[in-house]
Amino acid sequence: MRVASGQGFWGDWQEAPKLQVRRGPIEYLMLDYLAEITMSILEKQRERDPAAGYARDFVDLVLDLAPDLVSKGIRVVSNAGGVNPDACRDALVQRLTDVDTVRPLRIATVRGDDLMSRLDEVLAAGHELRNMETGEPLSTVRERVTAANAYMGAGPILEALRQEADVVVTGRSTDTALTYAPLIHEFGWEADDWNRIAAGVVAGHINECGAQACGGNTLFRWREVDLVEPGYPIIEASADGSFVVTKHASLGGRVNWASVTEQLVYEMGDPTEYITPDCVADFSTIQLEDLGGDRVRVTGVEGRPRPELLKVSIAYRGGYKATGMLTYSYPDAYEKAVAADRVLRGRLDRLGLEFDEIRTEYVGAGACHGPLAGSPDPSVPEVELRISVRGDDRARVERFTRELAPLILAGPPTVTGFAAGRPRVHEVMAYWPALIEREVVESVVRVEVTEA
Amino acid sequence: MKVPLWRVAFARSGDKGDTVNVGLIAFTTSLYPVLTELVTADKVKQHFKGICRGSVDRYELPNLCALNFLLHESLGGGGTVSLMLDAQGKTFSAALLRMEVDVAEDLVREADEVSGWSERLE
Repeated sequence: MRVASGQGFWGDWQEAPKLQVRRGPIEYLMLDYLAEITMSILEKQRERDPAAGYARDFVDLVLDLAPDLVSKGIRVVSNAGGVNPDACRDALVQRLTDVDTVRPLRIATVRGDDLMSRLDEVLAAGHELRNMETGEPLSTVRERVTAANAYMGAGPILEALRQEADVVVTGRSTDTALTYAPLIHEFGWEADDWNRIAAGVVAGHINECGAQACGGNTLFRWREVDLVEPGYPIIEASADGSFVVTKHASLGGRVNWASVTEQLVYEMGDPTEYITPDCVADFSTIQLEDLGGDRVRVTGVEGRPRPELLKVSIAYRGGYKATGMLTYSYPDAYEKAVAADRVLRGRLDRLGLEFDEIRTEYVGAGACHGPLAGSPDPSVPEVELRISVRGDDRARVERFTRELAPLILAGPPTVTGFAAGRPRVHEVMAYWPALIEREVVESVVRVEVTEA
Repeated sequence: MKVPLWRVAFARSGDKGDTVNVGLIAFTTSLYPVLTELVTADKVKQHFKGICRGSVDRYELPNLCALNFLLHESLGGGGTVSLMLDAQGKTFSAALLRMEVDVAEDLVREADEVSGWSERLE
């Protein structure tokens, strides 16, 4: 049973899922499109166009892969539906009519994660959706909320697979469930088989960031990895919960103890408490064995019962921001950039422009590591001044963006890098994590299968 | 011998809201207990002075020869609120590896074999 990873985020390498399908045998292809902030971007798109709000790239990809999926019997599990899985399905159905496959594709949509359309009803029923970090109730920012989605677990994906779906399109599913739901389905694991489900969660964590488990963004001997055409991870799972992480042999990248360990610790909190809707996995029980030949065996994973509450990811309008950049050259590049910053801030002061935050960074002189980078080298070839502001008043942020260009003629010398023009003003979408009783979500979850 | 942490370990970092997590992985199993003793939460908090404004938690993963650090209040609000170039804390891994540690020479040589540093010196 092989579950291959084809996308680690929306915007990931488009060739990866095609290579996973065409360069070797797999049974499932999982595609993760949703980062925490993606839902609010999709929600904005749906506001402008009721037929938008999902990952459009996904539709092109499925059209391209459709004949292979049917002939090879590969099933796709994806959260590409974003805030509008039905629209995603409709686009697939419409465009698949032009694609020649020997039989129709069965497309399942999963709905029920979206709390935005019934948020007031949910709040009125006494669910306060308190911020997990600050403890504040959601009512304090209710008017500014743009998206609210609960993380669904394996349940609805399992239902879709039982109904013989070839392509499963969900909204906000837990990333790891895109990998472990197929395992539960194929091996018939019981819902309270916590250790095996936890093993599936670990497999899902390895799959969900694409090439990051296969030598991408990996520090260990990074010079030696060929990343032009990297393999993405493939989980070769066994019914007992053990699995091997590997990749197609004809592709680049690298799978070894180091690449897998780096991915295991990525975005980790308390390793003994990796919480998903279907179990709590204990990452301190994972045993790795590097088998060589781009194969790493994972065994020993233990889990505990699933939590009573589901996580809810909420986005709300948090003001506006803009970032401007100018490059200063040798000699004294850093000193010139500092002088430009002083001039710019002086002008903002005289204009009476105040912001919640102004931040200046010097790219090439410690922007990433701050004081740890030591004092800037006076002979550095160039330094990029990067100055950003954030505030509630869009007009003020807009005014700031007009103060960058004047520095070219009316600022310190040997400056360049303004070809991209005036900086854009971006709306800030702030993140509000909360918890909710499972029943509120699970009672409205719907799975629907359409043939196309 | 005094060496930067990158001679004996590698790392990966990521974000969760305003918190950065840095997973630090020893190059060899014999280095893991040494790192556990040397790279404490307090030491990491001190290392990131002026960058990490909150507390630092440390979790031990002897099964992976890894330590996981959570650096709270380190990303200028995190997510899209942050104005930082590295708003997702992707380079904090490399920043932690700048730390200087005192490790027995034979353990460093062993690590050099695994990391490939010894080949690069030749």
